[in-house]
Amino acid sequence: MDDLKAKYLGQIAGAADEAALEDIRLTAVGKKGEVALKMRELGRMTPEERQTVGPALNALKDEINSAIAAKKAALGDAALDERLRSEWLDVTLPTRATRQGTIHPVSQVTEEVTAIFAELGFSVAEGPRIDTDWYNFDALNIPGHHPARAEMDTFYMARAEGDDRPPHVLRTHTSPVQIRTMEAEGAPLRIICPGGVYRADYDQTHTPMFHQVEGLAIDKDISMANLKWTLEEFFSAFFEVEGIKTRFRASHFPFTEPSAEVDIQCSWVDGQLRIGEGDGWMEVLGSGMVHPKVLQAGGIDPNEWQGFAFGMGIDRIAMLKYGIPDLRAFFDSDLRWLRHYGFASLDQPTLHGGLSR
Amino acid sequence: MKFTLSWLKEHLDTTASIDEITYALTDLGLEVEGVEDRGAKLADFTLGYVQSAEKHPDADRLQICQVDTDEGVQQIICGAPNARQGITVVVAKPGVYVPGIDTTIGVGKIRGVESFGMMASERELELSEEHDGIIELPSGNVGDRFIDWLAENDPAKVDPVIEIAITPNRPDALGVRGIARDLAARGLGTLKQRDVPAVEGQFPCPISVSIDEDTLDQCPVFYGRVIRGVKNGPSPAWLQDKLRAIGLRPISFLVDVTNFFTYDRNRPLHVFDADKVAGNSLRIHRAKGGETLMGLDDKEYTFSEGMTLISDAEKVESIAGVMGGAESGCSMDTVNVFVEAAYFDPVRTAYTGRALKINSDARYRFERGIDPEWTPYAIEHATQMILDIAGGEASEVVVAGKVPDYSRAYKLDAARVQSLVGMTISESEQRKTLTALGFRLEGDMAHVPSWRPDVQGEADLVEEVARIASLTKLEGRPLPRLTAGVPKPVLSPMQRREAIARRACAALGYNECVSYSFIDQPSAALFGGGTDDTRLENPISADMSHMRPSLLPALLQAAARNQARGFPDMALFEVGPVFTGGEPGDQHLQISGLLTGSTGPKDVHGASRPVDVFDVKADIEAVLSAIGAPAKVQINRNGADWFHPGRHGQICLGPKKVLGVFGEIHPRVLAAMDMKGPAMGFTIWPAEVPLPRKAGSTRPALNVSALQAVERDFAFVVDADVDALTLVNAAMGADKALIDDVRVFDEFIGGALGEGKKSLALTVRMQPSDKTLKDADIEAVSAKVIDKVTKASGGVLRG
Repeated sequence: MDDLKAKYLGQIAGAADEAALEDIRLTAVGKKGEVALKMRELGRMTPEERQTVGPALNALKDEINSAIAAKKAALGDAALDERLRSEWLDVTLPTRATRQGTIHPVSQVTEEVTAIFAELGFSVAEGPRIDTDWYNFDALNIPGHHPARAEMDTFYMARAEGDDRPPHVLRTHTSPVQIRTMEAEGAPLRIICPGGVYRADYDQTHTPMFHQVEGLAIDKDISMANLKWTLEEFFSAFFEVEGIKTRFRASHFPFTEPSAEVDIQCSWVDGQLRIGEGDGWMEVLGSGMVHPKVLQAGGIDPNEWQGFAFGMGIDRIAMLKYGIPDLRAFFDSDLRWLRHYGFASLDQPTLHGGLSR
Repeated sequence: MKFTLSWLKEHLDTTASIDEITYALTDLGLEVEGVEDRGAKLADFTLGYVQSAEKHPDADRLQICQVDTDEGVQQIICGAPNARQGITVVVAKPGVYVPGIDTTIGVGKIRGVESFGMMASERELELSEEHDGIIELPSGNVGDRFIDWLAENDPAKVDPVIEIAITPNRPDALGVRGIARDLAARGLGTLKQRDVPAVEGQFPCPISVSIDEDTLDQCPVFYGRVIRGVKNGPSPAWLQDKLRAIGLRPISFLVDVTNFFTYDRNRPLHVFDADKVAGNSLRIHRAKGGETLMGLDDKEYTFSEGMTLISDAEKVESIAGVMGGAESGCSMDTVNVFVEAAYFDPVRTAYTGRALKINSDARYRFERGIDPEWTPYAIEHATQMILDIAGGEASEVVVAGKVPDYSRAYKLDAARVQSLVGMTISESEQRKTLTALGFRLEGDMAHVPSWRPDVQGEADLVEEVARIASLTKLEGRPLPRLTAGVPKPVLSPMQRREAIARRACAALGYNECVSYSFIDQPSAALFGGGTDDTRLENPISADMSHMRPSLLPALLQAAARNQARGFPDMALFEVGPVFTGGEPGDQHLQISGLLTGSTGPKDVHGASRPVDVFDVKADIEAVLSAIGAPAKVQINRNGADWFHPGRHGQICLGPKKVLGVFGEIHPRVLAAMDMKGPAMGFTIWPAEVPLPRKAGSTRPALNVSALQAVERDFAFVVDADVDALTLVNAAMGADKALIDDVRVFDEFIGGALGEGKKSLALTVRMQPSDKTLKDADIEAVSAKVIDKVTKASGGVLRG
């Protein structure tokens, strides 16, 4: 029995491949194998002999089977190692190309502005870009002869012959949205109105279309002091710099009274603009307390309600925040520009996660 | 609006520095745009003394001068007739830049004799047009800086010029006195008394004036008088200096007088040569239409009905409030002058000026509104100045119409001022401010001064008080929340959808563009627009003449530009409005994408391939899914003709509800737009995608079966133009409970199948829910699938 064991374990250890192992298995523990033949002899043995030989044969069979299984696994491992040795790849090769999409700075900054004002309870109002001259001018206290009309470089829509209505305009600001929203929703009201606006001007710093965001807050006792706080909070959040100061300067807009132009604190260091530090000032925004006539045009009683309004250029604050030099390039769709100044799709600005990376 | 510091000080008694003044101006709403330090360019010129002068040996007109300077005695050759021994001169040493001749002086030889500098004339220093000789100074020491001498002896020549931006509501600040009044109200000095007594007329005015009855609202009042026997000529130096400093060209004294008051008092005047007024009468009337006049700018103007004109007995002589006529204007030879001071209606003046395209100082002021009550004083001021300088004898004043009464008063509500501004300004301070600005307070009523046409209500009083008090002092105060607690979401479902679509496109690898809303007519026409409905009346160029009917043309143009820059592969998208007409309601939001070139640059994996229709189909499906469109849609053909007729599909819910369209752009469109194709595009109308009906956030329960799913493959031979979707829908319908999914996994066209035939292979996945499928069950479902598909497609099971 020990001979048998030694013989087969030796053969198993020496087997070169799975086929040889299988041959050994059949010869040793197969149905007609040597161990099976020995089992058959058990019948002719005495009960005493059977009690010792039987278990011994079973143990031998188990031992051979597990030796074969172990050898099989070892052979498999060796074969895998051999295969893997031949499967070497140059992993420095480039991958299959995937496109990287981008979000335009105008969209990104609009979302940033929206996130900040949403936190202050301002919702987003929108309106048509072609509008009547009433919504764009008259309702905003800019009557037909007002010099501001001529100064706004308005685009007019052509009128068909026989159509004697005043021509519609491409909105010169998003203020008509303020009127439309006041009409629809009344007071109290807190909205921002972002979107494209149009003026017939094209040079180094002007494009015939650009983007504005205006804000409007109407309530019983809102004051210019609230406006200043709101804007300072906004600028600090937007530029991600603590405690940005603003300076209000008296100015004039037909739709607000009093009116102020607003500067933000900045400095120039080695030709680089730094917002929120130093003692320089840069004009970024026009604002004021909504003119009673404008409230009236929006169907809101100026004896009962008051509020502030402001407006600034989205493209402009995008340029300031992200150091984009040329306004005209915003609308040129140059792939190099879109990729360089654009934002990743997953970089959605939030207040809890931060506006920018 | 420009003025010099010394001009300001003629109206304002102040010790404030230039910095204090400019800071206050900006803070008051008179924004300083620049301060020109005119002395800066003269900083290097010094005084010299001509010790001797002798004739140049080789030139009759040149003198060889020995000039004592701060660097010792220098030899300077000079051609000026007044160059002579014993005068104090202004010297430009070698290396000094001379602005009037745009030259830097060097050491040179003039006709063989060396010269070490130059002695300057006034014109060479841009101080005046004077160039008859070099400057001779009556005082000064050798080596002194010329600007220091000027500051001491002739400050008007070098004092700073301040330029401010004037907002349309402040016509009063278009005169130096108005600016001075603001500064005085702020506390930067006191306003000087500048009134002159009326000039007694010596004889009746020989020219009569009348205003037509129907013209009185356009010209309520007209004052005039003749001054005879004047001597016109160049203005005195002080007046020329003033005008030149603010960028005006002195013309002749009589004309300069009108310009002076235009800027000094925001009071345009006009002077006629009285001898050229036919019939000794002037009549202010409405144009009939068609009259013409040669203006002072030597251009001929033709008038339309209703414009305000001033005519003599024969013809039109002046465009009221806008521009005088060339013929009746004053010349150097004028001896009898008729001075006009009138009030013209702002609206009418603006209209006339705009229609005639004349931008004059007079129009600019009349259309913003001058002080009507100062009209009678204006004529006296002008008369006095003319008499003082040009002599002559003044007639009595002739008046037509009467000074319009615009007097009005508004209630000053001191509490409301504080409530609006959010600053503590006492009532007495508020009253003091208004009084300083010329308001007259009676109780709580503030009577508006005649020079402030902009003040039209209580809110304007608030503005006046606030700006004089200085908004710089404003302290921020928190804006209370509308409601306590966690802020509510603010975006509408459509706004959210727009934002998601944008990020979905970017996630798919598209670069977002923002294009102009207007494009050229031919491109608009290729995409169903370009009609007169969407035409701009005044486009900035022919490239931007029509509102875009679609986002695709601008994306195609952008693609063509990028191709030209050497970038053939790209994915561009835009989210924005398009315009189907010229009314406010004709605006629709679109999302469009454009793919062209290859999926990427060629690569080692051979993965790069030209983009095709199924790329944009995948992308439009992904974006539609992201914005919540239902998965089950129909795909129709017969889309817009800017797509390839056989290679596009409209994604629809029902025959009329089109959510989007995708396909290959028509090659003819690409050719017309100079773009190398092929190009694939898609457009989504996000507003067409139905909003979800359910309100809650709970999802339906997940039903998963523990039983194994079975897949069976089928191949059908159908006509080549049968849609795969027809087969898929038929197979899905064979057993709605059991069939979970049907996928097309192979398409084979022609070959052994014969012309016009194709084979489509489907995998049908069956998911039992209550018992394991037996062969018999599978056979039964398979038979139903074959039956449904062959009936729906007209095809046969492939054997």
